[in-house]
Amino acid sequence: MKKVIIGGLALLLLAGVVASVWIVPDAKWSGVDESVVGKFAKEAGRPPTEPYLNTEQGDLKLFFFLIAGALGGFTVGYQFRQLFPPQQPTKKVDKGGGHSLCCELDSSNRKRYV
Amino acid sequence: MNKRTGIGGLVLLLIVLGLDSQPAQAMHITEGILPPQWAALWFALAIPFVAWGLRDLRVRSREEPHLKPMVALVGAAVFVISCMPVPVPTAGTCSHPCGTGMAAIFIGPTLTVVVASIALTLQALFLAHGGLTTLGADILSMGVMGAFTGYGIFILAKRLGTSWFVAAFLAGVLSDWIVYAGTSFFLATALHGDGSWGSMFLSILVAFVPTQVPLGILEGVISGVAYRFVQTRRPELIGLLTKEGTA
Repeated sequence: MKKVIIGGLALLLLAGVVASVWIVPDAKWSGVDESVVGKFAKEAGRPPTEPYLNTEQGDLKLFFFLIAGALGGFTVGYQFRQLFPPQQPTKKVDKGGGHSLCCELDSSNRKRYV
Repeated sequence: MNKRTGIGGLVLLLIVLGLDSQPAQAMHITEGILPPQWAALWFALAIPFVAWGLRDLRVRSREEPHLKPMVALVGAAVFVISCMPVPVPTAGTCSHPCGTGMAAIFIGPTLTVVVASIALTLQALFLAHGGLTTLGADILSMGVMGAFTGYGIFILAKRLGTSWFVAAFLAGVLSDWIVYAGTSFFLATALHGDGSWGSMFLSILVAFVPTQVPLGILEGVISGVAYRFVQTRRPELIGLLTKEGTA
């Protein structure tokens, strides 16, 4: 069910982006800072100024953006795994006397009978 | 989490992000837009909230070992989400979710202000998202208003008997919209000049609507799904992490 929902949302997003070619043919995909914040600021006589650090040069931006995305993703993934370790499969174990009981392994790999 | 690994990773991320610069595509108020007196006022109002959050982080992390990994996870997510331009087909523009409503229902509003402040500072310094002079206003809108609105709506919706998913969804939607209402407020206050404050505020707010209405709904869905996931996998985290130790 989860996979269906996620897949459906992804398809919906993709369909929306593709459909936008017809919905808004002259779309420039500018950010709202430019289309809203910048517009009102310019009209009021206070246009945005240059950022203090401007390192936008050639393909460096693309390169570092990819690196930053990878590192950001790594950070999220690492912490995610700390908090949500993979679920252990349920195993059948013999607890003596020929009775087979169902148990799970907790995060420390100790058996927890259920 | 090894402390040294965490700090090293953060420093590396900072260095790498510091070398990147791109046009802002955000609710962030860009460098130089706010007059100095307004910029100073918003800074003065934002600082107590950041101090409150830092104090909360110190106190609560002593009591709850899961807090720091969760804060790191949520902080990295807020950073990524709040500088990720999402194309909005109905408007033909790009904007981004804020993530602070979702963050607030996981780690509480005060810690959300801290992570939002760190994210906004990094973005202002290195990504040309927002600005150093407008940082106070950006912290107030995205950090304070987004976090406290999201948390308040979540609590209120739960008390009214809605499902967990609906409560998280509403927190995500309304926190996103209030952030942009806050940005409109700060811009109108600084820029209306001799004109009417109200008409300028409404003009800016209306200009945000085509982009932010669908994006707010997307943020609501993300919040609801994320909350549902945590509730399913680690329900014990929710009660522990949202309690406000010193609030």
